[in-house]
Amino acid sequence: MDFAFFLIQLLNGLQYGLLLFLVASGLTLVFGIMGIINLAHGSFYMVGAYLAWSLSSLTGSLAAAILLAIPLTVILGMALERLLFRHLYQRDHLYQVLLTYGLILVFEELRSIIWGDDVHGVVVPALLNASIPLTDNLSYPVYRLAISGVCLLLAAGLYFLIQKTRLGMMIRAGASNRDMVQSLGIDIKLIYTLVFALGIALAAFAGMINAPLSSVFPNMGSQVLIICFVVVVIGGIGSVKGAMAASLMIGLGETFGQVLMPDFAGMIVYVLMAIVLVWRPEGLFGRA
Amino acid sequence: MTDTLLQASSLHTYYGVSHILHGVDFSARKGETVGLMGRNGMGKTTLLKTMLGLVRPREGQVRVRGEDMTQAATHAIARRGIAYVPEGRGIFPNLSVRENLVMAARAGVDGHREWDFDRVIDTFPRLGERLSNGGAQLSGGEQQMLTIGRALMTNPDLLILDEATEGLAPLIAREIWSIIKTIRASGIATVIVDKNYAAVMALADRSVVLVKGRVAFAGASSELSENQELMHRFLGV
Ligand SMILES: Nc1ncnc2c1ncn2[C@@H]1O[C@H](COP(=O)(O)OP(=O)(O)O)[C@@H](O)[C@H]1O
Ligand SMILES: [Mg+2]
Repeated sequence: MDFAFFLIQLLNGLQYGLLLFLVASGLTLVFGIMGIINLAHGSFYMVGAYLAWSLSSLTGSLAAAILLAIPLTVILGMALERLLFRHLYQRDHLYQVLLTYGLILVFEELRSIIWGDDVHGVVVPALLNASIPLTDNLSYPVYRLAISGVCLLLAAGLYFLIQKTRLGMMIRAGASNRDMVQSLGIDIKLIYTLVFALGIALAAFAGMINAPLSSVFPNMGSQVLIICFVVVVIGGIGSVKGAMAASLMIGLGETFGQVLMPDFAGMIVYVLMAIVLVWRPEGLFGRA
Repeated sequence: MTDTLLQASSLHTYYGVSHILHGVDFSARKGETVGLMGRNGMGKTTLLKTMLGLVRPREGQVRVRGEDMTQAATHAIARRGIAYVPEGRGIFPNLSVRENLVMAARAGVDGHREWDFDRVIDTFPRLGERLSNGGAQLSGGEQQMLTIGRALMTNPDLLILDEATEGLAPLIAREIWSIIKTIRASGIATVIVDKNYAAVMALADRSVVLVKGRVAFAGASSELSENQELMHRFLGV
């Protein structure tokens, strides 16, 4: 493996990991703060991808499609929180799993009715449709670099929001004592709605920007969901920092695994999870 | 009437099938200090939680500044100038001391802002030395100061203190009492629940005693403190 090839795998692994982080961070936030297991989280990734595809065919521009789709997914997230998820906070995890599994089926059915069951491609925006040559016959697509850059920016923004702003303090406080937050005059229900919608929008956004690389197809959310649960478990439930570490670990592990040990690549993620859980049952950054 | 910040009438509160409050009346006016007393399990905390909307009464009414808020959300009640220092403190252990204070900052009703971060730190210099500590690393007394300081950050007109000195060493408890006196002197109305009845009655303009979820006494604190028989019958002292 020469250096240029190694560099390409490294960049691919990072890009995949950062994309996973976008999806998994919402899952871990909603899990850690509201105590909700949301199996339908991957469906929002799919919704994002399909919106990117259909709106970019409509407008002729992926950027325009994304700008239109983000507010739509935020509204969808807020509406679902108000109508459905709000009623699950105080419930047993079993109810949450049942309802959100049902929601996956609803989303797949709606997707089939609205968009059909075909596989679609989304074109890379012309502005980013270029490659950076690394050697005579190896080059790296600018679009992938752009995705990594956007994901890094969002991760930094998320960190700032949660660690440095008053809203972030209220969010963290809400994870520890809901009644006390309300007694201070803070509308915890509104905060939950915002956190939920943020998580949904991040997952959907990941689906949108990855659509040109992954293409758009039925059930695309389930694969992502499973990996994201692995991320949440490895990183520690509720820990955004942990989600970042675990996403990168899995992104790099899976990418290099496919190159170095293609026969076992599918297992690597789960082997990683098993090792981490034996070593730290609460996850890398979990609260023991 | 406009003077009354908080008024509860004929509250009946249940936990499941247990009937805890049996028609309790309670009120706190602007600037006044009310002592709420009673032995363990008589319903003091339940009364406070019902008035704050953390527990819903099955019957009766809660009025805040004259407005019916029996079914209002807790945050809406708090935003009308009521702050709560709960039993067992309720600091956010996963936030630093500074964050515990900053997250609560807000102007009071009609926009007054006597209390801000600097004034709270002036009042509780010990907190100033621990700003970046996690809430969980504080001693019991410091946690209590943090909870009171955090309540003041909301610029309340009424501060409700539920067992603020419970479990504290006498010296620290005395410090908390002197802080409560300072707060009272600044014009903030207070409702004080505490096992130290003498200290409560010395501060309170009026006292209310609960016995098994009913008001057994309500009147001037002196009327109660000077009556050995009542003290013994209601409070066992
Ligand atoms: N969450 C609860 N569920 C059931 N019963 C409760 C609960 N909280 C308090 N109680 C009962 O309600 C009664 C009044 O409790 P409380 O209001 O805490 O009394 P106090 O504050 O005067 O000590 C007690 O008998 C207590 O056991
Ligand atoms: Mg009590």
